[in-house]
Amino acid sequence: MGRTPVSNVEIIKNRTVVADDWSVLRLSDGETPESVSIPAGKVIVPFSVWQAQRTLLQDRAPLGVWLASDAQADVLKDDLAHFAVIAVDFPKFTDGRGYSIAYTLRTRFAYSGELRAIGDVLRDQLFYMQRVGFDAFAVRADKNIHDALKGLTDFSEKYQTSWDEKTPLFRRVNRQAVSQG
Amino acid sequence: MYRYDQYDHQIVKERVAQYRDQVRRRLADELTEEEFLPLRLQNGLYMQRHAYMLRVAVPYGMLSSAQVRMFGHIARTYDRGYGHFTTRQNIQFNWINLEQSPDILAELATVEMHAIQTSGNCIRNTTSDELAGVAADEIIDPRPYAEIIREWSTFHPEFAYLPRKFKIAISGSEQDRAATAVHDIGLHVVKNAQGEVGFRFLVGGGMGRTPIIGSVIREFLPWQHALTYLEAILRVYNQYGRRDNKYKARIKILVKALGAEEFGRQVEAEWAEIKDGPATLTVEELQRIAQYFVPPPYATLPASDAGFEAHKADNKAFANWLLRNVKAHKVSGYAAVILSVKKTGVPPGDITAAQLDFVADLADQYSFGEVRITHEQNLVLADVKLSDLFTVWQAVKAQGLATPNIGLLTDIICCPGGDFCSLANAKSIPIAQAIAEKFDNLDFQHDIGEIELNISGCINACGHHHVGNIGILGVDKDGSEWYQVSIGGAQGNNTSIGKIIGPSFSSQQMPVVIERLLDVYVKQRTEEELFIDTVQRLGIAPFKEYVYASPIPTGHTHGEDACV
Ligand code: HEM
Ligand code: SF4
Repeated sequence: MGRTPVSNVEIIKNRTVVADDWSVLRLSDGETPESVSIPAGKVIVPFSVWQAQRTLLQDRAPLGVWLASDAQADVLKDDLAHFAVIAVDFPKFTDGRGYSIAYTLRTRFAYSGELRAIGDVLRDQLFYMQRVGFDAFAVRADKNIHDALKGLTDFSEKYQTSWDEKTPLFRRVNRQAVSQG
Repeated sequence: MYRYDQYDHQIVKERVAQYRDQVRRRLADELTEEEFLPLRLQNGLYMQRHAYMLRVAVPYGMLSSAQVRMFGHIARTYDRGYGHFTTRQNIQFNWINLEQSPDILAELATVEMHAIQTSGNCIRNTTSDELAGVAADEIIDPRPYAEIIREWSTFHPEFAYLPRKFKIAISGSEQDRAATAVHDIGLHVVKNAQGEVGFRFLVGGGMGRTPIIGSVIREFLPWQHALTYLEAILRVYNQYGRRDNKYKARIKILVKALGAEEFGRQVEAEWAEIKDGPATLTVEELQRIAQYFVPPPYATLPASDAGFEAHKADNKAFANWLLRNVKAHKVSGYAAVILSVKKTGVPPGDITAAQLDFVADLADQYSFGEVRITHEQNLVLADVKLSDLFTVWQAVKAQGLATPNIGLLTDIICCPGGDFCSLANAKSIPIAQAIAEKFDNLDFQHDIGEIELNISGCINACGHHHVGNIGILGVDKDGSEWYQVSIGGAQGNNTSIGKIIGPSFSSQQMPVVIERLLDVYVKQRTEEELFIDTVQRLGIAPFKEYVYASPIPTGHTHGEDACV
């Protein structure tokens, strides 16, 4: 029996707060990827469920999948076309593996659909998350999502490349040396 | 030295604003302490035993006189009138209010300074050779590369929440003065047989509870690829570094688990994907940065100066200071002067606001307005004319910064320990002071010769005890403070980890323990042999035997004894 999936009523998408009709399926204790039943509607399933129930799921559209923070981006590399949403889970906001997963999905596997951060998603990490390729944020339910939106604009310049900025500052602008005086 | 342009200014200004709002939200309870912790750490703010401590970044140890003056101002205005230089070439202020911390950062920003990434599980301040650009044994000036790495690592979006902190050190001299072998990444700027510049990459060094010397994963990487290669290393580490156990989370544990060869293979595979991408460095960028590090306008001077020679000949104290505290310079007629922040009676690395102002003025007058911090917690005026040395010495002496002990027994590296640090198992400053007092005699110190004595108040090894010729580590036994002694550690080209000589000692026993270690050395040394050489030749056995041969008074006094 599947637990009622958790639904974020609102998410940040493309820098605005929008209603969200996706639900994220997380396995409860005792549930297995093989046996869990998948509710109707737009569901983001764990990667393990996608693996276990692939034959059932592959004709279902739209479908989302989420990766745990210890996953590698390349597990999805041949399946990207199946998903309308790929989410990456942050079990703790201090777990930074999801940043490398997002970066790799975007740059190496050219994933261009919605890339959503789920889990312990907080305002002060959003700027970095958007830089590595996330364009949607399911901000933790007890936080003010409109406040979190401000986190996306903390900085107006950045030195180094990432997904959002293909050229480093030193190639992008003409930086004049300041006099030593 | 490097100067901010509009982009650096803007980024640091926006950081101050971001942090100010984070503090506001913390005080309004919109952020829990748990949520605030990594944010304040990435802004250099630690909660310590008594108060908050602010660690200010000094990129690769280089300071302008205006920045040094700002430290004096901060010490006076927001602290108790002093600061503390660290083994990571930074400065710490020990008595900071949370509410004032955004103002301090705003003040620092006015002189192109900040506390970004001086703590937290991110890429920390890159450290380097304090004699960069002036050392007689320099192959390539590492500072332009250090600055390039500073910019690349500042707010790197992918690597701000690593498994653990990450430290990079870079050296471009024959003698490694940046302890590169005990960093997460140690970089050596080298030239290959064709005369091209590149990097040797050491990875997986570190101290803490598992001291490991870094392994070379690449002998030569052309300089253009420095950032993409760093990115590849960090990406492998970010994904595969352990996160289940904070004591096993450093890259050294990953490198050890995989083996350096396999780790290197994974890095090369990752690098193959990004090699030659837009992050590849350009000649223009290197030139832009390098022009900040062109030699200052040196005068054309003869290799010796008559007045200087005369003072040297008839002033023994001056000659001693020259011998220990003045280093060879690559430009004729100049020398690099080390100001000893190791006067007996003062905690190693501690400096007052008045001394900071004094050093700033001195730098303006005699050394092109520039100061450096050494990882041994001393200061450097890198470009002093030989003809000015005597005047500089007299001025410095009056400020208590001319103790001629650089490289000697009382030039102790020492962490803040139990007096300030909430992680300490034992005090370390009083141990340093007791040892310094016992061996205050300079003739004796000169006779002993170069020796590194390093003290840490706990296994985190902020005082580099593992690589001290003599290392002292504070340990906790049944709630009281004890000290474990190791010998044979060394930094530099022959980095080695010291070996523990046996059961630990009480604080009162420590000066005698050191005395006994030195006795063995003095008896056993051959002509020319330094303490470390004798330990390496004989092993630790004779030292161990002698130290434990007879009881050392504990100095503990109980009951009536206390009155004796
Ligand atoms: C007073 C507050 C301080 C705290 C709370 C603190 C905390 C720590 C901790 C937890 C570690 C262990 C990290 C690990 O093994 O992964 C560490 C290591 C270290 N810290 Fe500190 N520290 C403090 C001050 C300092 C100071 C004053 C210095 C320089 C004098 C310093 C330099 C270092 C160095 C060099 C290491 C060893 C790095 C390595 O393992 O490679 N720290 N510190
Ligand atoms: S070695 Fe331990 S006691 Fe000393 S500063 Fe580091 S954490 Fe504190």
